[in-house]
Amino acid sequence: MSDYEPKILGFLCNWCSYAGADLAGTSRIHYPPNIRIIRVPCSGRVDPLLVVKAFERGADGVLVSGCHPGDCHYVQGNYYARRRFAVLRDLLDFIGIEGDRLRLEWVSAAEGQRFAQIVSDFTKRLKELGPRG
Amino acid sequence: MARIGVFICHCGHNIAESVDIAKALEAARDLPGVVYAGDYQYYCSEPGQAAIRQAIRDHGLTRVVIGACSPRMHERTFQEVLSSAGLNPFLLEIANLREHCSWVHSEEKGEATEKAIDLIRMAVAKASRAEALFAKPIPVTKRALVVGGGIAGIQAALDIANAGFEVVLVEREPTIGGKMAKFDKTFPTLDCASCILTPRMVELAKHPNIRLLTYAEVEDVKGYSGNFEVRIRQKARKVDHEKCTGCGTCWQKCPTKVPSEFDLGLGKRTAIYIPFPQAVPPKPVIDTANCRYMAYLEFISSGREGKPPPQCRICERLCPTGAIDWDEEDEILSEKFGAIVVATGYDLFDPSSIPQYGYGRFANVVTSLEFERLLNASGPTGGRILLKNGLEPKRVAIIHCVGSRDLNYNEYCSKVCCMYSMKYAYLIKERIPDAEVYEFYIDVRSAGKGFEEFYNRVLGDGIKFVRGKVAEILQGRDGLSLRFEDTLTGNRHVLAVDMVILSCGLIPQRDAEEIARIFKLSRGPDGFFLEKHLKLDPVNTHTDGIFLAGACIAPCDIPDAVAKGSAAAAKAIGLLSQEELLSEPLTAIVDLSKCSGCMLCEEVCPFEAIEPQTVKEKTVAKVKEELCKGCGACAAACRSGAINLRGFTHQQLLAEVEAI
Repeated sequence: MSDYEPKILGFLCNWCSYAGADLAGTSRIHYPPNIRIIRVPCSGRVDPLLVVKAFERGADGVLVSGCHPGDCHYVQGNYYARRRFAVLRDLLDFIGIEGDRLRLEWVSAAEGQRFAQIVSDFTKRLKELGPRG
Repeated sequence: MARIGVFICHCGHNIAESVDIAKALEAARDLPGVVYAGDYQYYCSEPGQAAIRQAIRDHGLTRVVIGACSPRMHERTFQEVLSSAGLNPFLLEIANLREHCSWVHSEEKGEATEKAIDLIRMAVAKASRAEALFAKPIPVTKRALVVGGGIAGIQAALDIANAGFEVVLVEREPTIGGKMAKFDKTFPTLDCASCILTPRMVELAKHPNIRLLTYAEVEDVKGYSGNFEVRIRQKARKVDHEKCTGCGTCWQKCPTKVPSEFDLGLGKRTAIYIPFPQAVPPKPVIDTANCRYMAYLEFISSGREGKPPPQCRICERLCPTGAIDWDEEDEILSEKFGAIVVATGYDLFDPSSIPQYGYGRFANVVTSLEFERLLNASGPTGGRILLKNGLEPKRVAIIHCVGSRDLNYNEYCSKVCCMYSMKYAYLIKERIPDAEVYEFYIDVRSAGKGFEEFYNRVLGDGIKFVRGKVAEILQGRDGLSLRFEDTLTGNRHVLAVDMVILSCGLIPQRDAEEIARIFKLSRGPDGFFLEKHLKLDPVNTHTDGIFLAGACIAPCDIPDAVAKGSAAAAKAIGLLSQEELLSEPLTAIVDLSKCSGCMLCEEVCPFEAIEPQTVKEKTVAKVKEELCKGCGACAAACRSGAINLRGFTHQQLLAEVEAI
């Protein structure tokens, strides 16, 4: 169990969270190497199907991250994401994937430290949950 | 089948030190569709770009994947490489091996290499589904908006106007001039701020290409680079500036006196006022919250019982041109611009949040900006340095780094405080030669043209420099006393003084969050607006067509603010000089055969870019490409998968997910 390294797929919006992850890089803030990042224009672009697909392909956790409420580059995309993933979390529980394996976060372009912290926390939580059953 | 080339950049040591390039290359060569994989020290350099072009030709590549720094850094650079090699620029995919991998996993080389390979595999999968996209030409509105009439905004507006473009400058105060107008002298040359600033203000107001909107604020920005639609609120002045000649009779006779904002409450102004004698425009506004007649009107309209307050209307009676207009209301203007320069400036750190300094409780503890007003010949004391009791101070302490370089407040250095503090010391000595002046500093930072020379000059002037931060200021019967440690000797002392100047740091405008929201700007951890790139794109933002100037980016001095004003102007002129721009082709597209016409996409679109249309008697969605900004909300919402987002299609994203 101690060797278990969960695989996380992250959907990061181009304007805030992807830039936040870039800032973690330029600031050399280390975080666990468990995450693979996909750039999307907006968290509102993330079709729930993509998340389900990620779990089907063996991801242990999925992170969707957008701009803070009110800061969306496209005005309201992050609100759509918030509603969508609240529903999807319940559905995931229903099909036997713990809701905690899906995380929705807000990370601004200035929050490199926060991004690194989120990845660290999420990795830790997924290790607690263990491999998917 | 796509012929994919993979190019892995070492980025000097930046990537190569953490990622095993040879291993990554080997893995890349085995990926489906990959016919070429190469590596190079710096693919962004000219020989690197040439190598990519060569490989595209030699291997007949139809897709390019570059494993390098963030696409936010060099996506455009590499898109141009593809274009110059005859490939459509949207057939490029970048795997972010630096910011998202090597820099954050430099202590876990095995994992970093494994992750890099995954990222390349995902990028290859996405690239294999990429399609050529074509930008459409869009016309450019050849006008610029400058927001903020401080020295940076003034410079930007003048430069753009001098290049022959029309400029609208919006300033929320009744005058332009910004913070600099409040200053007395400027370091290190001790030029009088007014003497160098006010001619520029006048030049701006008289410029045939500039329309000045003072007492106005930007409320909303829509559109895109080259074609912004901006809503501006012109606040009601209650004075018709067409008729007003600025003769001054009204503000000389107005009986209402309130604290002057321009003098930071140290002096008074009237209810009809210009903020300071050299204001531009030199025409007044009526402060409706304090005007007696407005209070009367409000009483009448409220229908309250009792005796109404007296109707004053003195200004109206005395105005020789009949310019007072009580009926004037706020006006909403809709204007179109091609480029926007945001130069909204800074605010001063509020030292009342440091209780041990007693600001606000002790009369003779003043902020640096208040002290500027005391020094200023047109300030509340006529330029005499006076205590609250009207006497001249004989001992003055200047405390550096108030609210700056302090983890309790702001970590950053505000850059200008050392210099202006030494300027104060110099001017105090000049005006009160027998005064003792103490500078309490952490480090003296005098990097700038002529700055160190000024420091040396002040050092030789009998001014006492004490290295140490003041722990506490106490109010005694005879004056103030400071408790501090001289960190060079390690001794603790108490010093009695008459006056303390707090050299407060510069902070973002208090409503910077709101400004950021209106202009879609990002803010750094310190709250200042983020430039596109700290070094190479210091006045661009991540929103094309919107540029930054002055201290809204970071604390800066006047030469810096002017330079950035000119830099932002150069960027705006570059944009406005183009006859047409190319639109972002990353827009939504509808597959008519799948669309059921439910129009959910229309509902979720934040930009009203989707409308119904009838095709063969069936209602289907239609994307208005000129309005679509490519957020993809519609693509995620569509129940039948009929609407897709170019550049981030379902097929591309699914391919990326499947490649994990």
